[in-house]
Amino acid sequence: MDTVTTANSGDKVWGGGDNQPMGASYGKMMMWFFILSDALTFSGFLAAYGFSRFKFIETWPLADEVFTHFPFMHGNPQPMLYVAFMTFVLIFSSVTMVLAVDAGHQLKKDKVVLYLFLTIIGGLIFVGSQAWEWKNFIKGEYGAVETKGGSLLQFVDTEGHRVALADFAATLPEEREQLTRNKGRWFMDEASLPAYSVAEVQAGFKAHPNILVRTEHIDANKKKTVLSRSESELRLKDASLVVEGANLTRNEYGSKLFADFFFFITGFHGFHVFSGVVINIIIFFNVLLGTYEKRKSYEMVEKVGLYWHFVDLVWVFVFTVFYLI
Amino acid sequence: MSHAHVSNTKRIWTVFGLLSIITIVEVALGIAKPGFLHNNNLVGVNLLNWIFIILTLVKAYYIVYAFMHMEGERKSLQYAVIFPLIFLVIYLLFILLTEGDYVFEVFKNSTIKWNF
Repeated sequence: MDTVTTANSGDKVWGGGDNQPMGASYGKMMMWFFILSDALTFSGFLAAYGFSRFKFIETWPLADEVFTHFPFMHGNPQPMLYVAFMTFVLIFSSVTMVLAVDAGHQLKKDKVVLYLFLTIIGGLIFVGSQAWEWKNFIKGEYGAVETKGGSLLQFVDTEGHRVALADFAATLPEEREQLTRNKGRWFMDEASLPAYSVAEVQAGFKAHPNILVRTEHIDANKKKTVLSRSESELRLKDASLVVEGANLTRNEYGSKLFADFFFFITGFHGFHVFSGVVINIIIFFNVLLGTYEKRKSYEMVEKVGLYWHFVDLVWVFVFTVFYLI
Repeated sequence: MSHAHVSNTKRIWTVFGLLSIITIVEVALGIAKPGFLHNNNLVGVNLLNWIFIILTLVKAYYIVYAFMHMEGERKSLQYAVIFPLIFLVIYLLFILLTEGDYVFEVFKNSTIKWNF
């Protein structure tokens, strides 16, 4: 428009001229501000997790008792090791990404292709690992019982080792048919029934005098409180539901919100990793086709690199907040 | 690109080594949970968690400054991105964690009994 006169009128401000606010190209600067806003979104989630955790500080699940699975080591709890592996995969894929950017600066196409390929592989391994961890989390390992008051009771032997419901629950001659939509009067169904009923757990508990109830309450030594046998019997009378694994309503690990936050935060992060992989694949093919070779600039690799490092950065915080603290 | 086209490969691998060492230390501490760190508090947070938080921030610094190459950007861009983030995150954490602790105290000490 002619009526608007600025010092740069007529020039292409970001497209070709020297005018680069803060010394960064348009795309790179906008990527930085997108990352800033996304970082604040994640901060909001993690702060909300912190809020709920402080609210239930005496009953929150202990992470190193929840995430103990490692491939091929079934029944042999390995706290943390698998998440540590995932962290290394992501850090390493960050390294290959930064090597790809570095090779791009020197216009070495073959090296960019190699490093970008490795980055994509790393990303896929990470997403796959996360899916595996979700599977274990949803399936659960020991099972627990929810009381009428809504608190969760887990079972341990006299040495304090966790005991699975399957190890002691009795089998009673009772049938409880699952309600499915084709049997309902209206479009009614229900969540899949747990393997044992409350009565079976209670009967099994009576038959095994060496089993005790462990409550959610964290004692002065930062361990979950184990009740005496008589207290255990008293608490188990209030049992109302058998909980196996985890869903958005309840989970066998403890506070109901714990699973919600786990699904939401690691899910949102996993979605970021997934979209990062997709974007990396697109850029990978562009590099193969020589798009950036013709442009004489691999800045696009640098920009997706920024996003990819950001995904790694978020994981560093999720790792600390969810698994370490 | 304003910065020179020199290869930074050596620095990249140094930073990778550093991040790996920090992660290994974190995991080792997380598994061992040494009692004197875990049971002693400093300003409401136990020493072990302070170590985790500080190590995480060190990792974050290296990822942003070395991998994302923030050190090669102009000061104005560095500050425009980092200052709002630090300020808002500290503000948010302060508000929400204080409030969470307050809600906990209410349910613990008052006549309202929390069932869930």
